[in-house]
Amino acid sequence: MRVLPLADSGLLVELDDLDSVHGLYTALRHQRIPGVVNLVPAARTLLLQLDPRHADPEEIERLVRRTPVEPGGLATEELLRIPVVYDGADLAEVAALTGLTERGVVEEHTGTEWRVAFGGFAPGFGYLTGGSARLEVPRRSESRTRVPRGAVGLAGSFSGVYPRSSPGGWQLIGHTDLEIWRPDRKPPALLRPGVRVRFEEAG
Amino acid sequence: MTELRILTTGPLTTVQDLGRTGAAHIGVGVSGAADRGSFRLANRLVGNPEEYAGLEITLGGLSLRADHPLTVALTGADCPLTVNDCAAAPNAVLRVPAGGVLTVGTPSHGARGYLAIRGGVDVDPVLDSRATDTLSGLGPPPVRPGDVLPVGPPPPEFPLVDTAPVPSPPEGDLVLTVTPGPRADWFTGEALATLLGAGYRVTPESDRVGMRLDGPPLERRHGGELPSEGMVAGALQVPPSGRPTLFLADHPVTGGYPVIAVLRSAEVDRAAQARPGQRLWFRAERGRGPLS
Repeated sequence: MRVLPLADSGLLVELDDLDSVHGLYTALRHQRIPGVVNLVPAARTLLLQLDPRHADPEEIERLVRRTPVEPGGLATEELLRIPVVYDGADLAEVAALTGLTERGVVEEHTGTEWRVAFGGFAPGFGYLTGGSARLEVPRRSESRTRVPRGAVGLAGSFSGVYPRSSPGGWQLIGHTDLEIWRPDRKPPALLRPGVRVRFEEAG
Repeated sequence: MTELRILTTGPLTTVQDLGRTGAAHIGVGVSGAADRGSFRLANRLVGNPEEYAGLEITLGGLSLRADHPLTVALTGADCPLTVNDCAAAPNAVLRVPAGGVLTVGTPSHGARGYLAIRGGVDVDPVLDSRATDTLSGLGPPPVRPGDVLPVGPPPPEFPLVDTAPVPSPPEGDLVLTVTPGPRADWFTGEALATLLGAGYRVTPESDRVGMRLDGPPLERRHGGELPSEGMVAGALQVPPSGRPTLFLADHPVTGGYPVIAVLRSAEVDRAAQARPGQRLWFRAERGRGPLS
């Protein structure tokens, strides 16, 4: 574990892997640590954003270091079923890149349980991991200026759903009508770290 | 209920407060006032709790009419101010009579003025904040001419002082204190020396998300991609061009380019008052360094 200060505004905790990030996040998320305003899990780091007026970074660092990292990683949350129409603009391209048929892409995407590893790209967006290794594809060489809300995409080993219309560079394989993000709903985001996801082909 | 009728807005006027916390794990950034110190001061002057919403006025140009008497204060950028065409003082408690017109002119220096209204701007909160996050689109849309903004009921506290003696935002070059890291080790030794030795000019490509800076490029020690990681306001993130971006209030929650240094939080407020063309000089504060 390395703890890297971001002036008086944050402590970036660098860990060995995503499981350790999840373990520390799980251990810290229900503690009310004075001066810590946000926890931001990412692929190899957990950022503690601080309110400089109320945080004692050295005390918080000591607390982080003596916090046992939960061995189970991320607490398992509910299972979310996401109905998908597999009509994405890049479905043929993904089939070509993976050597699968379009049908095969759909079967791989619906064939495993995914899980939200972390967020960050936009409110309500979740990076989903746990998919079939056969679905690994690079991002598009050129980003689209507008990806519609609900678009379901792949990039690297991740899958994701665009919470609202935005620019984006993921390979689009389908779309869902499920509102994964609604600020006036509790909870606003359906895809929170730990939530398990099953994609299902919409009839 | 008291309301503000917006007559003109200038380049960008938004509703701001101290922002949203506790939702970064679902991609929601803090947002809120870019110069938090000036914002808080405006609220304190009118007797509001610090988290009440007010207006952030970028480069002036705001005018509004009050339907009921208002108690207001303007802080931050040095904007000429009038109430019913009479000059009024910044950093002071002002009364605007019913039907009165308040105008906030173009600042002589500084970029962002903060107008607190006793009772606060009472638009509907989104995720417990009234801040406009210009990157994610959360919160109310930017204020436009013709908008009518509700003002909340007055808080129980009364204004304690009439004026606050604060320095104007600096003109010309700014010296800002940074802590090197967290990814200073991604850069050549000269890169950090360059950052701390050369001035960086604020470019017109600057907004609430961040300020693109122009100056000598900062070279990386090696290639490779950094997995995206959490960001803070004040981070100097260096994209492949080598020219740093200084993140402000609406910065993305995570970013994939290495951060070479981070401004102290009080210095973020001062940086948020810099205008395109002004030059920033960074001075290192001895960081604690990475502890393994």
